Amino acid sequence: MADGDNGKTSTLDPELRRQIEAMIAERVEAEVAARLDAAVDQRVREAAAAAVDERLAAVEATLRDAEGRLRAIEASGQIDQVSILVFSGDLDRLMSAFIIATGAVAMGFEVAMYFTFWGLMALKKKTVFHSKSVPERMLAAMLPGGPRTVGTSRMNMLGMGPALFRRLMRQHNVESLPDLIKLAQELEVKMVACQMAMGVMGVRREELIDGLHYGGAVTYLGDAVDSKVTLFI
Amino acid sequence: MAAHELDCKGLNCPMPIVRLSQAMRRVAAGEVIVIEADDPAFRADLEAWVRRFGHVIETFEAVDDRVVRATVKKS
Repeated sequence: MADGDNGKTSTLDPELRRQIEAMIAERVEAEVAARLDAAVDQRVREAAAAAVDERLAAVEATLRDAEGRLRAIEASGQIDQVSILVFSGDLDRLMSAFIIATGAVAMGFEVAMYFTFWGLMALKKKTVFHSKSVPERMLAAMLPGGPRTVGTSRMNMLGMGPALFRRLMRQHNVESLPDLIKLAQELEVKMVACQMAMGVMGVRREELIDGLHYGGAVTYLGDAVDSKVTLFI
Repeated sequence: MAAHELDCKGLNCPMPIVRLSQAMRRVAAGEVIVIEADDPAFRADLEAWVRRFGHVIETFEAVDDRVVRATVKKS
């Protein structure tokens, strides 16, 4: 017991020797533990870095894909706009306006239609007389009750022209004006009624179809400046 | 991949293109829609429409003296 491990005799006091051995053992243990910790830390750091790189690469790929799609959408111009200022209230002109509007939606345009003066007749669903002044009532009585009864710009002949046109359009299977207006609404064509014209002509909101926006000249111009196509019908 | 069919016979301008654009939204890229129409403006309208979106008219043929059939592939 007093002799050393390797059989050599030691001059050291056995107690001192034990203490030194214990101290060395403790140091070695601490050193091993520290190195082990460092190695583990290194491995963990490497694994984490690899995982982050992988995620980053995936995010970058997604981003590149999104950028490509955005460019494609911008290039294909799907956010292009068409603005149509509808001034006329004649059957033939309104048909043109709504055929262009629905066609433009099919072409991927956002379409806004602004209805002013006679164009408001396209939006009428009924005629109201109460709470109107005498001139307003006279106007209301003389103006068409809505798209079903608007006349033609030429050859109106006291309503014979429009009747003939409507029959011919039915024969040729052309959508009727009320159907085109309904389709335009389904296709989310933005329809704006001109407040000023409504005021002048004594047209009330309750006389017009639902789902309309209300605005003025600047509402139209605000959209028209961003439009590729603007029409005045 | 089954072809989608769209019957626009009897419909007039701009209805065939309106219906086609609605149908096109429901199919995936690379899929094909077979459309029949008798609107005399259909060919010109269809060509302008695919030019805008980059879809491809794969075939365009007359079924009889009024009706035409086109196959359009979504880009």
